[in-house]
Amino acid sequence: MKILVCISHVPDTTSKINFTDNDTKFDTNGVQFVINPYDEFCLTRAMWFKEKQGATVTVLNVGNATTEPTLRKALAIGADDAIRVNAEPIDGLSVAKEIAAVVKNGNYDLVLAGRESIDYNGGMVPGMIASLVNYNFVNGCVGVEIDGNSATLVREIDGGNETLSSSLPMVIAGQKGIVEEKDLRIPNMRGIMMARQKPLQVVEPVSTANATEVQSYQKPAPKGAVKLVSADNIDELINLLHNEAKVI
Amino acid sequence: MSVLVFADAANGKFKKSAFEVVSYGKKVAEQLGTNLVALTINVSSNEELYKYGAEKVVSVSENKLATFNAKAYASIIKQVADAENATVIVLDSSIDTLYLAPLVSVSLDAGYASNVVALPSSTAPFTIKRKVFSNKGFANTVISTDKKIIGVAKNSFGIHENPVSGTVQNMEVSLSDGDFTVKSEKVEKVSGKVTIADADVVVSAGRGLKGPENWGMIEELANVLGAATACSKPVSDLGWRPHGEHVGQTGKPVASNLYIAIGISGAIQHLAGVNASKVKVVINTDPEAPFFKAADYGIVGDAFQVVPELITKLKAFKEA
Ligand SMILES: Cc1cc2nc3c(=O)[nH]c(=O)nc-3n(C[C@H](O)[C@H](O)[C@H](O)COP(=O)(O)OP(=O)(O)OC[C@H]3O[C@@H](n4cnc5c(N)ncnc54)[C@H](O)[C@@H]3O)c2cc1C
Repeated sequence: MKILVCISHVPDTTSKINFTDNDTKFDTNGVQFVINPYDEFCLTRAMWFKEKQGATVTVLNVGNATTEPTLRKALAIGADDAIRVNAEPIDGLSVAKEIAAVVKNGNYDLVLAGRESIDYNGGMVPGMIASLVNYNFVNGCVGVEIDGNSATLVREIDGGNETLSSSLPMVIAGQKGIVEEKDLRIPNMRGIMMARQKPLQVVEPVSTANATEVQSYQKPAPKGAVKLVSADNIDELINLLHNEAKVI
Repeated sequence: MSVLVFADAANGKFKKSAFEVVSYGKKVAEQLGTNLVALTINVSSNEELYKYGAEKVVSVSENKLATFNAKAYASIIKQVADAENATVIVLDSSIDTLYLAPLVSVSLDAGYASNVVALPSSTAPFTIKRKVFSNKGFANTVISTDKKIIGVAKNSFGIHENPVSGTVQNMEVSLSDGDFTVKSEKVEKVSGKVTIADADVVVSAGRGLKGPENWGMIEELANVLGAATACSKPVSDLGWRPHGEHVGQTGKPVASNLYIAIGISGAIQHLAGVNASKVKVVINTDPEAPFFKAADYGIVGDAFQVVPELITKLKAFKEA
């Protein structure tokens, strides 16, 4: 089985979000970049397939050279090789088009990608890739088993779960549950050393067209101070929620 | 030219978000000086949508769609968008819609902006505001394709009545075997519980509750308020509560009217997922807990004393 895992290079979850250049650019100053947490779940699941059922795992990122440490980290976790599409990601559709070109070229059986990236939160790239290459697609996966050419999947729905079946090739957008938090892997020394020798191929983009573009950014309005209510005055809290906030 | 809204339903009943997107679509149609068309799938009583401004409802009935199927739904949206010459397609952010939207985007070659929180600030260029960086910022985004898809973030626009006298048109659609290659085998729902996605009120608890045996009072408080229950990430990692209840940056997003956080510290990753809630109440023993900075109302106190009393008082309030 040939697996491709899409890796988004995103600000660490604790990052303070600021903008520069007249609020037209994200301020990367002092920001630590990491593998998108949802992609990390998918990568771990891919490693599981590799070890238990036999698979090759390629990781892919669409981005400029600054994302290579993130790809190296994915290699250190155990991926076999990496591809970087040398393009500045502009929007979901253009990223999906680049990934779709790689998928077509490489004839992957399974494409794993996180449900969304924690920077732009678009939640669209996996489904778009599937549409572009005409693969089956399941979103919001919290479970996947593969037997030969058939996959059994569990996705989260409002108030429960749905079990689905599909044949490969397919694209799966994963989230926590596809593996457990405790099973996530931290690269060890040996992995880090080995990652240096593993191939990281840089390919040029197929297109530069994008459908959407950010014109400017804004920060949320500052919040007013919290109104503290004494623990012996629950009536006051109910009164505030009813009369002031009007939510009960 | 028209604005097309997909009004999502489950078991023939509209989701609350359907009314929100129809309300939103009506305003966009007004901005563009065009008409609004709402699409429904397997809903027998469509008239409810007139109240929010849908003068025309295209109603599709399809036996093959006893359960949701993303590819088939996406195909229907495309067929109706083509038939109605829709240039703007408005969708909600329900779990099912988030699944099908990217498929529609590719088939219509339409730019898709998700998590949209406001009406277009301009229609030429077509500019909308969406949430990014897990609620820590907004991006004013231009959609430059001829066709445009807007995914409206839950509870960001609200439901607005705008009654019109509407008409329903039944439409036949064609679906191929290729639309059904992903098959639904089984649906398991926790019945009788308010889900986080639908809830106006969410009662959430964290590691401060010490153990799963203490969730009885959280469920009771949720019951009194008609709320959904949720939890912080470590709580679901520890297996005290199901994964589906984990909210935050890497869990479910919450955009309820009221969010009550009990024994949750308010780590940045937790806040990122719940910031979109309108009113936040925090109950925590630690006056320095970061959640107090993000909250509207707070009680510095022990959950094991405050919550039972809150339940008793709320019951009395509801009965009064
Ligand atoms: C990549 C990444 C992603 C993450 N994503 C998420 C996410 O999506 N959602 C999320 O929640 N977290 C997430 N986290 C974890 C987050 O950083 C925090 O660890 C977590 O939110 C803390 O949960 P907590 O507040 O329940 O527990 P704690 O931090 O242990 O806090 C417990 C709180 O309870 C209070 N308390 C104790 N006893 C009582 C009592 N008797 N009555 C009242 N209060 C009491 C304490 O004062 C304390 O404030 C993520 C972390 C990482 C690294």
